[in-house]
Amino acid sequence: MIVVVGAGPAGIAAALRAQECGARVTVIDDNPNPGGQIWRGDDENSWVARFRSSGIPLLSSTRVVAVDVEARSLLVETDGVSGRLSWKKLVLATGSRELFLPFPGWTLPGVFGVGGLQALAKTGLPVAGKRIVLGGTGPLLLAVGAYLRQHGADVKLIAEQANIQSLAGFAPELLRHPRKVLQGASLQWAIAGTPYRTGCWIDSAEGVNKLERVTVRSGRDIWTEDCDYAGVAWGLTPNTELLESLGPEPEDVYVAGSGEVDLSFVEGEIAGLNAAGYPERTVLLAPKLEKARGFAAALATTFALRDELRHLAKPDTIVCRCEDVTYGELRKFTSFRAAKLQTRCGMGPCQGRICGPANEFLFGWETGTVRPPVFPAKIATLFSDAPLPADTTGQPDTKEITS
Amino acid sequence: MRVMVCEESGIIGGGATAAGMGHLAVMDDSEAQFALTSYSQMLWRELAAELPASAEYLTCGALWVAADEEELVEVHRKHRFYTARGVPVEVLDSRQLSAAEPHLRAGLAGGLRMPADSVCYPPCAAAWLLGGIPVAFGRRVVAASGSGVEFEDGTNLKAPVIVLATGAAIRRLVPSAPVAPRKGHLLITDRYPGFLNHQIIELGYLKSAHATESDSVAFNAQPRSTGQILIGSSRQFGAEDSGIDSRILARMLARAVEYMPELRDLSAIRAWTGFRAATPDKVPLIGRAPGMPGVWLATGHEGLGISTSLATARLLADEILGRDSAIPRSPYNPERTFVH
Ligand SMILES: Cc1cc2nc3c(=O)[nH]c(=O)nc-3n(C[C@H](O)[C@H](O)[C@H](O)COP(=O)(O)OP(=O)(O)OC[C@H]3O[C@@H](n4cnc5c(N)ncnc54)[C@H](O)[C@@H]3O)c2cc1C
Ligand SMILES: Cc1cc2nc3c(=O)[nH]c(=O)nc-3n(C[C@H](O)[C@H](O)[C@H](O)COP(=O)(O)OP(=O)(O)OC[C@H]3O[C@@H](n4cnc5c(N)ncnc54)[C@H](O)[C@@H]3O)c2cc1C
Repeated sequence: MIVVVGAGPAGIAAALRAQECGARVTVIDDNPNPGGQIWRGDDENSWVARFRSSGIPLLSSTRVVAVDVEARSLLVETDGVSGRLSWKKLVLATGSRELFLPFPGWTLPGVFGVGGLQALAKTGLPVAGKRIVLGGTGPLLLAVGAYLRQHGADVKLIAEQANIQSLAGFAPELLRHPRKVLQGASLQWAIAGTPYRTGCWIDSAEGVNKLERVTVRSGRDIWTEDCDYAGVAWGLTPNTELLESLGPEPEDVYVAGSGEVDLSFVEGEIAGLNAAGYPERTVLLAPKLEKARGFAAALATTFALRDELRHLAKPDTIVCRCEDVTYGELRKFTSFRAAKLQTRCGMGPCQGRICGPANEFLFGWETGTVRPPVFPAKIATLFSDAPLPADTTGQPDTKEITS
Repeated sequence: MRVMVCEESGIIGGGATAAGMGHLAVMDDSEAQFALTSYSQMLWRELAAELPASAEYLTCGALWVAADEEELVEVHRKHRFYTARGVPVEVLDSRQLSAAEPHLRAGLAGGLRMPADSVCYPPCAAAWLLGGIPVAFGRRVVAASGSGVEFEDGTNLKAPVIVLATGAAIRRLVPSAPVAPRKGHLLITDRYPGFLNHQIIELGYLKSAHATESDSVAFNAQPRSTGQILIGSSRQFGAEDSGIDSRILARMLARAVEYMPELRDLSAIRAWTGFRAATPDKVPLIGRAPGMPGVWLATGHEGLGISTSLATARLLADEILGRDSAIPRSPYNPERTFVH
């Protein structure tokens, strides 16, 4: 049995490829629907549709919270039920999460990650007529800007921190990826009329109890924009917790998905073929992989974060939201562990998933050792030895999953 | 006296001190243990008002839980022991126990309440205790003698008095020290203010703590001032890897849920491990290092090194300065356990 964790592009690709080779596959994802961050709920997406009609069992709303390496089983939670799921081959396609960098006011209600803002808009947050400023870096700013405009938002500004020179360097890369150019063109149409400023970023967010305006900076210019919401995008951090909790060089474990969608997809295909025992078939995917890698690498250099962003936080700016630890308190320490032990930074329910990468960026600290549970988990789950009950999965053949 | 602390890591309180439960207990395994823990608890009480809020000092009291009649006999024995020595304690019957801790399972035999026991957050308490004393961070001591210490990089620091307080790592410096690392697991939950009132320890713990060979688990739970619940604990000899042993963790949690069924639905946010410095007679090594003039030891505190830290420091300082001590020092003299 191949178990794939994550039903984003990488997980879907892995599962479909493995099934193609005749392997038995089960996919787990902690969301109610397949598609991952980018295709979630998008039933028009042909891959999501193919996955749905493939008959591959999906344990949705199911989260892997720990791994029992010796027993080769995952400890999972679904809808309050705890259980174990055994694997022969494991594909980790757990994707990434949004990176948050602290700046004054970033914890005010009304400030979101752009991904989060889009997800909220999709699930009912009214955006029509709302004044919105987006800031940070990467194509995601444009994509979300376009989406919000289409839904009636007044997107007042898109502030891209990368400067025009590095964006210009990106153009040839776009030409090598025609599909992306098309995507880019339609995006441009959707956001026509929205100011897109390069070399520009949100310096601070202000408001009493909730966001009222942001202060924006571009070179020597500083001005404010009144707004109801702000969306920030600083890039993504891969979810490596499960992989790390498997220890060094785990056997029969395949990893796929590292951020950019095309690269994640092809990595998923390769992982699926390898897990199914057909490594020779991956050869055909080499050109696709190389192309996707080239594009991902170009993205990474184009949208590399500028140094100024390390200095946005003020002494009273909160860095760890779970435990209310400020930049000023953290600055006194020389390592993450020292800061953590003395200030509780990273000790809350998110276990540094949010502030860890921010601390790495701000101070150059190495953060975090992964310990089970990798996500907050019911205590009962951590000593559960029951196979996952089939009736919670809604899938007829899942009784076999522990075999 | 001029004092300097050498610490191989860059962190204060990053050893066992960052892993322990921080229960400031009085215990009665032996007269020596009782004398040291009760003296130390008094010293903690004296400091309490000065401790910073980050030390999270909280006099929540401890509750020893008896599951059956056999363990209830132990409750009464402890009651007599402590009462005879002037320590306030209270025997609870089954009903009173439920009232004191409503989330304990029904039908437990009874318990012993020790209202003066406290808890703290050891890393911040340690940093505060250190105050302005200079620390040489990142300096690993590889050899020690009465004339000073030698660091990993070959440099030396001269000093007439050397105290080795390296916890479970003592054998790297004093190979003949009878101290073995004893691994323990703990787990902390999200915040549930009011769920728990006391530091709770099952009396079956005695069976666990005294077993010297096999792996054991026992139910311990502690209310943190954050509203979190800290759950312990396990004891393993011969386990050197600091990773979580998922089987031991599972056994430990299953044991906790036996005592407090509603724990099963609480959200666990992190588990970790630490190493206690265990001695054969369960009494710490405080005093001159045998055969090493000028070198003193302060280690071997097993699961009580936070409780007994202040008393340990007093006894050592008294001995080094040639002063009398509040309690006899001889029971802790390392000489007793060294094999020559
Ligand atoms: C908010 C956001 C928006 C993005 N938008 C874009 C975009 O517009 N364009 C673009 O190219 N890229 C975008 N990305 C990047 C996106 O991650 C990748 O493009 C692509 O989705 C990666 O595919 P994946 O399958 O590796 O990961 P994901 O799509 O993230 O899928 C991983 C899945 O695994 C699940 N999962 C993770 N851990 C567990 C666990 N322990 N138990 C159970 N399930 C688990 C997750 O919930 C998720 O559904 C976005 C990323 C984020 C965070
Ligand atoms: C799971 C668990 C639960 C516990 N619960 C409790 C409890 O409830 N109550 C209680 O009182 N106690 C408890 N303890 C015990 C308590 O934590 C320890 O006894 C105490 O922390 C020991 O403190 P220490 O300073 O002696 O050692 P450590 O805290 O280990 O400090 C030793 C320091 O020396 C440094 N060091 C080591 N070797 C060298 C070298 N060669 N050169 C330089 N530096 C060196 C280390 O880096 C470390 O910082 C528990 C322990 C564990 C593991």
